[in-house]
Amino acid sequence: MAQYVMVESRDPFESRDVSYFYNVAADLAGNGDQVTVFLVQNGALASRKDAKGNPMGALLKSKAQVLVDSFSLKERGIGDAERHSAVKPADIGDLLDKIMEQKGTKVLWH
Amino acid sequence: MAKTLTISIMDPPYESANSTTSMRIIDTAIRKGMNVNVFAFEGAVSLTVKDQKPHPNPVHGTSVEEEKHPLTKDLVAGLFELAKEKGVKLDWVNCGLCVDERGAGNWIDGPRRGGPPDLYKWVEESDATLVVPTK
Repeated sequence: MAQYVMVESRDPFESRDVSYFYNVAADLAGNGDQVTVFLVQNGALASRKDAKGNPMGALLKSKAQVLVDSFSLKERGIGDAERHSAVKPADIGDLLDKIMEQKGTKVLWH
Repeated sequence: MAKTLTISIMDPPYESANSTTSMRIIDTAIRKGMNVNVFAFEGAVSLTVKDQKPHPNPVHGTSVEEEKHPLTKDLVAGLFELAKEKGVKLDWVNCGLCVDERGAGNWIDGPRRGGPPDLYKWVEESDATLVVPTK
């Protein structure tokens, strides 16, 4: 079982390839790999539960863990009530812990 | 033994949130007691240019002092200070070819000139590598 940390820095409403990144994460998790998706910068906009046409649905139903950078949430004025409950707030320290936890972890940034 | 993170960055100063996030990652890694290798290439070699100067903001009507414009050279200098304080190693390589192309060789103290072989060696030796691409 491989371990992946996938950092999404882009807004899915800005770039179509974001949905492919989500799908890769969901597929890897479906194959039994351990996957963490970390939303940062404009990637945090996807954590809003009422966002229309958000392509993150399959990812949120998968076994991947989805985290969002608290700093990015604050910068964009996204409060707890607006955030999808399946997306957990985290900080850069949590991201580093995931990256450094196990040697050989594959880290992807989009 | 301290763990080592290698991070590769390529965005120039003042253009992308990637630079801010990268600085946050380096800062946090140092605070967690990790050694950090930074491979700066393409536009990122300008992050450490000594000639950067703060400026007033005519739109806001603010002076240089009031504006407190953050300079990336000062942020990087702060990271070197922090690493010294924490007793960990921050090794910052600016890609030499990228520096020469841009005439961006006048740096603050700390970074050194290098190239892709440094990145290759670091990737082999580090506990983890993070590549932050540009758009």
